[in-house]
Amino acid sequence: MPKEVVKRMTTAKQTGAPLLEMRNVKKNFFGNQVLTDINLKLEAGQVLGLVGENGAGKTTLMKILFGMDEIRETGGYGGDIFLNGEKVNFSSPFDALAKGIGMVHQEFSLIPGFTATENILLNREPKKENVVSLVFGERMNTLERREMDRQSEAAIEKMGVRIDENMLINNMPVGHKQFTEIARELSKEQLQLLILDEPTAVLTEHEAVALLDSIRGMASRGIAVIFITHRLQEILSVCDKVAVMRDGCLVQNVNAKDTSVQEITRWMVGRNISSGENKHRQLAHQNVIMSIRHLWVDMPGETVRDVNLDVFEGEILGIGGLAGQGKLGIPNGVMGLYEAGGQVTFRGNEIALNAPRRCLDASLAFVSEDRRGVGLLLDESLEWNIAFPAMQIQNKFLKSYLGGLIKWRDEKAIRDVTEKYIDELAIKCTSSRQNAKELSGGNQQKVCLAKAFALEPQFLFVSEPTRGIDVGAKSLVLNALKKFNQESGVTIVMISSELEELRQVCDRIAIVSGGRIAGILPASDSSEDFGMLMVSQVK
Amino acid sequence: MSETVNKTPTTFRERVMEALRSFGLPRLIIAGFLLLLFILAPFVNADLPMQITNTINRFSWNAVLVLAMVPMVHSGCGLNFGLPLGIVAGLLGGTLSIELGFRGPMSFFTSVLIATPFALLFGVGYGWLLNHIKGGEMMIATYVGFSSVSFMCMMWLLLPYHSPNMVWGLSGKGLRTTISLEGYYDKALANFLQINIGKFSIPVGTLLFFALLAFCMWAFLHTKTGTAMTAVGSNPTFARAAGINVDKIRLLSVVMSTWLGAVGILVYQQGFGFIQLYNAPFYMALPAVSAILIGGASVNKASIMNVIIGTFLFQGIVTMTPTVMNNMIHMDMSEVIRMIASNGMILYALTRKTEVRR
Repeated sequence: MPKEVVKRMTTAKQTGAPLLEMRNVKKNFFGNQVLTDINLKLEAGQVLGLVGENGAGKTTLMKILFGMDEIRETGGYGGDIFLNGEKVNFSSPFDALAKGIGMVHQEFSLIPGFTATENILLNREPKKENVVSLVFGERMNTLERREMDRQSEAAIEKMGVRIDENMLINNMPVGHKQFTEIARELSKEQLQLLILDEPTAVLTEHEAVALLDSIRGMASRGIAVIFITHRLQEILSVCDKVAVMRDGCLVQNVNAKDTSVQEITRWMVGRNISSGENKHRQLAHQNVIMSIRHLWVDMPGETVRDVNLDVFEGEILGIGGLAGQGKLGIPNGVMGLYEAGGQVTFRGNEIALNAPRRCLDASLAFVSEDRRGVGLLLDESLEWNIAFPAMQIQNKFLKSYLGGLIKWRDEKAIRDVTEKYIDELAIKCTSSRQNAKELSGGNQQKVCLAKAFALEPQFLFVSEPTRGIDVGAKSLVLNALKKFNQESGVTIVMISSELEELRQVCDRIAIVSGGRIAGILPASDSSEDFGMLMVSQVK
Repeated sequence: MSETVNKTPTTFRERVMEALRSFGLPRLIIAGFLLLLFILAPFVNADLPMQITNTINRFSWNAVLVLAMVPMVHSGCGLNFGLPLGIVAGLLGGTLSIELGFRGPMSFFTSVLIATPFALLFGVGYGWLLNHIKGGEMMIATYVGFSSVSFMCMMWLLLPYHSPNMVWGLSGKGLRTTISLEGYYDKALANFLQINIGKFSIPVGTLLFFALLAFCMWAFLHTKTGTAMTAVGSNPTFARAAGINVDKIRLLSVVMSTWLGAVGILVYQQGFGFIQLYNAPFYMALPAVSAILIGGASVNKASIMNVIIGTFLFQGIVTMTPTVMNNMIHMDMSEVIRMIASNGMILYALTRKTEVRR
């Protein structure tokens, strides 16, 4: 057994305490409880799989552990964290690094024009003194290239996956970038605990296998690993323990060998299955309002291959599925924003594809998932953002002169409608003339909804309405949609990656997999069934 | 009720800083410089009333050309470096009107009338081209301007003009580089309602003509189509998702810009008194571009106010600098100052562009 491992294990033994212990950790963001009483123990050399849906609180928990600034700026956290039996409270990631915690984030933090070695040892390079540095101080030291190569090679060796340490980052395949990040953490002598936030998401199958091997290797060297992933099979194959989070609570913490993918899925997505929170409506008569036949959409990353779908009048239909399976392509294709083909009929009339104006004229509306790119005029006022489509498509908020020859903007009507929606949706802004880019994500999303509501459509596509917004805004947005559906009788098709959210709002949920509808189930069905559909045709 | 927290600046200092920031540093420097010139003028024995008259005159000549920048800026096509194309249309209108024998102030309106179909035709072609090279509009526009001028250099010689007022005296064919407008539309607008008080002289007709066009532009931007144009410039994808035909709106803006360029050069000529052919249109685009930038416009935002302030500041500098400087240091600095101001402004605006864009 290597010397350092022995040393590390003995420190743990001496104190008798686990490497990491969290007691009653909680966190709220402005009154929204996002973490509730998390208790977690992790021994040296153990691998913990942390799973949960998007927004379950995994990332927040890791940010607390890593001492990220945003935690402190939003009022700190409750409860205690112990490292080797010693209570810690990191005020910055540097403190966490010094205590031997390393983290590999989802987004790469690498310098593209530098080699792997330079990235791995960035700001910790071994240096040589020279004449200039003797005079001007250590900032003028030169790099000890040979020693750098040795150290980075050692780190790569430790990782157990071969990458070329002299290759520039921008020439690397994405998997190797991920490995470079991991090697950087491993090159730190004091590393005791490594957090990997969805490291396999960008890897090919082959690379993912290599990564899993290297995680096992790290564990055998006495490094504890917290491994966050959505691929449950990986958890079972590599982890000692599995912790499942849901809605800010740690709902299960078990040994990996005692559980199964089905069980974990259920823990992840299921409220207790019998809890009937969403009063499921029985729609009086089921008229098909929109029927989609053989739809294909060429949307990069979200290809739709062959979708057949009937939407009933007055319902909220959810479309779920894993990222990249094509669920986003459906609304974008129908609304003409991406090249599409097939047949879409609305109230018995066929709707031309690839022509946004036709859909809008047929009183369809779309709230895009790309808020900043498609959804908003960032440099214009809220008034413009909310009134613009209704003005252009339905000639609302216009005064007509000379027998309709001149269509003048009716500023007052625009302000009135904007203020109405600012009130209704509780949009936080300084005035209706504020520029859209100055609002927070949640409020921007509300503006996007207001824009669609102002069109008074009969049919509304809402794509990822809660992406990137905080919990409070989330429930506001979802309630606004429900209310719009109930009060105006508008049929809504909501696309979301978060199954739980769909189950709260929708009547039926269609799951998209491999660019096709894998199945449509009532929202009350068990989460396992949905989980099975999601992975049924993944390619 | 939603929270409405108005961030009104509280202290006097903050308010001043806010006002300065919104006015913009370059505008402040140039306005200050112009003010300094006005103050200096009496001390160096420059004829101040004369200078002010000149400034107003030059403003009235150039304002429409600057106004021509507005539609394309709004639709996101950037600054119209291709203005010479519109100018060429104007030149065709002017020369054809003379060729056809129209005389007196009325020939100004026949020139506008004749220039219009050319401007529409050129504008459509130019707009079609710009719709195919989205993102590189300003660079392509520059080349369009250059090549149209070069092409017309040949055409001015080859086109079968006969009017003895315009063709070369010896050969009897090919147009002269400079054509006097005396007897045609020289001061056609300027003399209308002209006010003369001592040495002051204000070309009210020209200013009214500009005001009319500026009002039309302002009004257009308040209509449905005008709103769509601004939205297309602000976020084309948003506009497309709202059912707007982005290419059509852009085309419309280019046509408008080209037509205003054509009218603008005719207004310029009636004030200046001469038609300048061949290479002259080259030198009209940059001053117009920099004037609107000095006025506070950016690459994708421009208002009528920007046009007025910018033209006044730019033409003020161009008029005042030579007299004041010459009287002070007895050296002709005007061209140098003009170059620095116009090119400097364009550079400044282009550096701002990257900052504004997402």
